[in-house]
Amino acid sequence: MLIYTIKRFFLAILVALTVSVITFSLNQLSGDPAIAMAGETASDSDIEYIRKLYGFDRPVHEQYLSWVARAAQGDLGQSFYFRIPVTDLLAERLPVSMILGVSAITFAIVLSVPLGVLAAMRPNSWLDRFALGLSVVGQAMPSFWLALMLIVLLGVMFPILPMTGSDSWQNFVMPTIVLGYYATPAIMRLTRAGMLEVLGSDYIRTARAKGLKRHTILFKHALRNAVIPVVSLAAVQFGFMLGGSIVIESIFALHGAGYLAWESIGRLDLPVVQAIVLVFSLFYIVLTFLSDLLNAWLDPRIRVS
Amino acid sequence: MKRILTAVTAAALTIGASGTAIAGKAEDTLNIVWERELENVDSYFNTAREGIIVNRMTWDNLLYRDPQTMDYVPLIAKSYEWVDDTTLKFELKEGLTFHNGEKLDADDVVFTYNWVADPANGVKTQQNVSWIDSAEKLGPYSVQINLKEPFPAALEFVSGAIPIYPEEYYTEVGPDGMGLKPVGSGPYMISNVEPGREIVWKKFDDYMKDSPKGQPQIGTIIQRTIPERNTQIAELLAGKADWMWRVPADQADRLSSSGKVTIVNEQTFRIGYITLDSSGVTGDTPLKDVRVRQAINYAIDREAIVEALVRGKSEVVNAACFPSQFGCTDDVTTYEYDPEKAKALLAEAGYPDGFSIDFYAYRNRDYAEAMMGFLGEAGIKANLNYLKYATLRDKIRAKEVPMGFMTWGSYSINDVSAITSHFFKHGSDDLALDDKVKALLDRGDTTVDSAVREAAYKEALQIIADQAYWVPLWSYNTNYAFSNDLNFTPSADEIPRFFTASWK
Repeated sequence: MLIYTIKRFFLAILVALTVSVITFSLNQLSGDPAIAMAGETASDSDIEYIRKLYGFDRPVHEQYLSWVARAAQGDLGQSFYFRIPVTDLLAERLPVSMILGVSAITFAIVLSVPLGVLAAMRPNSWLDRFALGLSVVGQAMPSFWLALMLIVLLGVMFPILPMTGSDSWQNFVMPTIVLGYYATPAIMRLTRAGMLEVLGSDYIRTARAKGLKRHTILFKHALRNAVIPVVSLAAVQFGFMLGGSIVIESIFALHGAGYLAWESIGRLDLPVVQAIVLVFSLFYIVLTFLSDLLNAWLDPRIRVS
Repeated sequence: MKRILTAVTAAALTIGASGTAIAGKAEDTLNIVWERELENVDSYFNTAREGIIVNRMTWDNLLYRDPQTMDYVPLIAKSYEWVDDTTLKFELKEGLTFHNGEKLDADDVVFTYNWVADPANGVKTQQNVSWIDSAEKLGPYSVQINLKEPFPAALEFVSGAIPIYPEEYYTEVGPDGMGLKPVGSGPYMISNVEPGREIVWKKFDDYMKDSPKGQPQIGTIIQRTIPERNTQIAELLAGKADWMWRVPADQADRLSSSGKVTIVNEQTFRIGYITLDSSGVTGDTPLKDVRVRQAINYAIDREAIVEALVRGKSEVVNAACFPSQFGCTDDVTTYEYDPEKAKALLAEAGYPDGFSIDFYAYRNRDYAEAMMGFLGEAGIKANLNYLKYATLRDKIRAKEVPMGFMTWGSYSINDVSAITSHFFKHGSDDLALDDKVKALLDRGDTTVDSAVREAAYKEALQIIADQAYWVPLWSYNTNYAFSNDLNFTPSADEIPRFFTASWK
């Protein structure tokens, strides 16, 4: 288990470094930040002035190395656009994305795992059909559409929830439903398929023959095996929800990190883009790492091989 | 698909909205929403139009440009005079104060002008201030501003981009402090800023009594950033927002007919144009032939596009400027829609079967596609490359764009030097590189004699039209949507003035 953990850990670090190099080089290709910063009425000399001021005229590898060196010390630079430290900006915006991501993945798991288990217990029943219908709709419906429909329903027709902002828990209800629902189909289908497979296997038949209690079989023996792929999937989905909620954040004016990243790309605010990509990929890497460990703990075969 | 969805959503929103507005009037709080995250409320450190709105509300300038007459009227200054081509003299009003109680006198004016003129202080749009040489105090309420060279558009900046800052406070807190706790002398004082998300203003009770801006009426104004337009509409219909702008034409119709909000349309200084590589700097294209450029002008039915897509108060423009700008004239060669003439010109130029060309755009994809349709009828196959603004501008400057659909808002400056001179004086956006045009524009840009200026600009605009260096397209317009409880009048300079707004 220890060797396995160490191996995974080094792999994670390698991935993190690779991501930082790729982000940095892609940013270099995306345009001249001096032009974006100077704004549309700027003259050539304005742009040249900004280019010098921010060091865009230095060689790329030099810019990258100085960025990495400062990032390692926790200094992510200053936002070109807001003129405040990137860390301050992230401290303000990341919590919003975190709350949304955690509540959405919780919503998705709470909704989809029990539903998947129930559907697998009674395949082809009305419950199974209902679960199938729910996941087909979830897969097919664009999330911005669902978001706008919820706004019409709960914000305008029956004004019981705030539509924008992030001041109270109520602000997160609609975004959580929309974002969480998006992840539901995959998790539910995987739970159902896993459970069906496990429930039909020999050791479950043996367990039944031994006369074990139904819920012991279901939760201790079957679910534990069936959720292994679900754990990996949920980790990936969670990472996706932290970073991929741009649409949701912009519709509900949540001002989280996903939307900040998207906007920063448009205005070529490179320190912010780099910092967010770095932070999100670190999350991703940590989550994948943890889910690998969790799976190894759940399934001894993984850690042995 | 997206258009259909937005249309359906707007319809659903209109039907869904019930009851009357609640938030605004009852609490004397005007809730405004816009989509842009303003980087810094200190107007010397942002380049956004929203920044100009904040600037006009929070600060005063020496002069004020009346939005109706476009005249410069006294604001902080009591009077002004051009001593000569490079010297401006201002007498200031007495007894004015900033929001923090600091007295406003010649020291503040001199400090502000000298501070912004120093490139080391890094004012973001250097063009706004680079004409200033220095400012001198002549007396406690008397100031002289020295220009580097004759700059006839100076008063545009005096009344626009250069608000007066409090010397003591700004020296103490600097731009970063000003960005978070701004202090000005304008009709509204800022009580809270959450960068990019929210700004809160309170009425400034000690505001200048005889201000041409009028007296602030509404007690509190709260601005929130909502990136998604459909959400803004939902908030407006639910009464949680009282004002929004830039409502697309199709949604404006629906909102207007619902009767739940007021929609007003107004022109803006922004015009659209197609830049054509007439000098061949991007490579050897058919556009080097003036007949081809004229054919492109004839081929596009601008009237039809304005009528069907742009709509509102927009009009076709024929010269390379916005009609109200000083020096602009529509009395130039015009190209009415004439597909036959376009084809004939193309044949004459040696392209009887047309040709194919790269066409770039960054906004209004529907307008771009309509123009491509018209060009296609004349035999010109335009291949669309749709890019982000900064990327496209970069490409134009790198001389990689033979033909691009662009727009220009002149920064709301009511003078052709902010547009024609920007594009045709061999700068990096100039693809025509016409020496004669440059000489004429230079003449117009360097004297304060209005007659000389007008004549020079007219001749330059005439050459630009004859040579068809551009395809001037149309002016833009914007729809303002606001609560039925609100009195609000937009202006063509696209600077909403909430200090003139009031409740019904």
